Amino acid sequence: MIQTTLIPEFVTRESFIELDGRRRAQSLFDEGTWKELVGPFDRMESPWLPLQGIAPQFDDGCIVIKGKIGGMAAVAIALEGAFQGGSIGEVSGAKMTAALDLAAKDSQEGKRTAAILLLETGGVRLQEANLGLAAVAEVISSVLALRPHAPVITLIAGTVGCFGGMSLAAGVSSYVVMTREARLGLNGPEVIEQESGIHEFDSSDRTLIWAIHGGEQRVGMGLADALVEDDAEKIKATIRRYVQAELRPEYRSQQVELYRDRIAALDTSEQIDPMSLRRGWNSRKTGELR
Amino acid sequence: MSEHIGLRGRAWFQALTGNNQPSSGDPGTVFASEAQIGDETALFLCVVPSPASRFPCVRDGQVGLEEAFTLAHHLRRVITEDGEKPKAQKRPVIAIVDVKSQAYGRREETAGIFFAAAASADAYASARMAGHPVISLIAGHAFSGGFLTHGYQANRILAFDDSGIVIHAMHKEAAARITRRSVAELEELGHEIAPMSYDVRDYTKLGLLYKLLQVDDPQHPTTADIEAVRHDLADAIQDARRGAPDLSSRLQSDTAKETRKAGIAVRAALEAQWRTA
Repeated sequence: MIQTTLIPEFVTRESFIELDGRRRAQSLFDEGTWKELVGPFDRMESPWLPLQGIAPQFDDGCIVIKGKIGGMAAVAIALEGAFQGGSIGEVSGAKMTAALDLAAKDSQEGKRTAAILLLETGGVRLQEANLGLAAVAEVISSVLALRPHAPVITLIAGTVGCFGGMSLAAGVSSYVVMTREARLGLNGPEVIEQESGIHEFDSSDRTLIWAIHGGEQRVGMGLADALVEDDAEKIKATIRRYVQAELRPEYRSQQVELYRDRIAALDTSEQIDPMSLRRGWNSRKTGELR
Repeated sequence: MSEHIGLRGRAWFQALTGNNQPSSGDPGTVFASEAQIGDETALFLCVVPSPASRFPCVRDGQVGLEEAFTLAHHLRRVITEDGEKPKAQKRPVIAIVDVKSQAYGRREETAGIFFAAAASADAYASARMAGHPVISLIAGHAFSGGFLTHGYQANRILAFDDSGIVIHAMHKEAAARITRRSVAELEELGHEIAPMSYDVRDYTKLGLLYKLLQVDDPQHPTTADIEAVRHDLADAIQDARRGAPDLSSRLQSDTAKETRKAGIAVRAALEAQWRTA
């Protein structure tokens, strides 16, 4: 006799986190509509890494895929966390900026083209330091040039997380989508411990790290918009909803007075309790879809 | 090295605006003031160290939560006030940059410094895209997230030609540790490999700078220095007004075309393939 067993959903779902950057980006598009641009066969690699004895990669750890999502034009730009920590260099940064600029041009000409940034990155690539930092400034500028014309959606799935300069690109996005396994912050725990001491941040305290940088907290406190399960189908559906969303008159990073007041109201005489902050800030969310 | 961070920024803010106090309602770490430049009024912004800050991790001249939102507040105010004016009459913004870094603190991470920095970068970029000439004057250090928050969205970047000017993604000790090098090796690389530069003269090889300014001692501006710098700022403002409101000028100099040729080639390839995709 065959016994039907109840297989839990998390066993049958397809994990998104287990996909590499290229497959993550591909998985977001309508079947048969996508094409990778300036892919590995174009061999556009970092000119700076070989000068420092480090093997470059033919795609420089940045994957650009153009196609349709829910029938609408979109471009996904993924940083591959497995190559140099997903760091931004001259070439990967130029890919990202160029794709955003072309999406903005198409959108302004009437063909609305959303951008999805899949950010798994520690920030600027230290072997290309000043060009990496300049690239981040340019990416931020290009996100802001596109945002009034089409949605710019940052997706942080994990497990590298989004840190350093690229966290500002997340911050200026129209929407931020995260999993519970994702983290978002400017400075990682190790950097803070190194710069300010273990009394400021104990980077071995995993509970503390997730309480501050984790996806549940960032969505809970209103600095990210949607918390999704590590499920490729569900993530695809969430991204599709944001790609199709109506444009807004104001995005979160324009709400300066609201957040300036919130910072002014913080008690800084001791460390800030993440859970209390979440309760205080979550009254007004900006990115909820109606 | 670090003890003079902020002093040059403060000196030049005072020299150019006649003011050395925060505005009422602002934290002690941000100076914002309007002053004449050429025949128009500009908004000057500067982040300065303040040992009395209620955020311990910004006291040495780092850019933190209050600094970012205060900068954004002043920028948004000017954008709104000049909203109806023709582009030629929109107030220039001068960011005087002398910042150690972003704040490395737990309070900052908890309350979302990434987002505060983003809000400030957004405000600077929005001012630029609305037609305000945004000029950065690097008077001392321009590091990492501090520079991204305050100054790196400018149409034109000026810096003093001086050994005290340092521009980089991370300070030498930390960058050396992470890339497993000695500080001496890192300094050597900075002279040989353009993007690894720390010194401003090496930085000019990247083509990101509009002009290097000559003064005898950036920490003690003379009357002649101040006049010359005012002239250079007015010139940069006019040049910004003539140019595009985006950051494309950073790719157009001969040095940029040489040093950033890999990035320029990527842009061209992507554009060509975009059309057929």
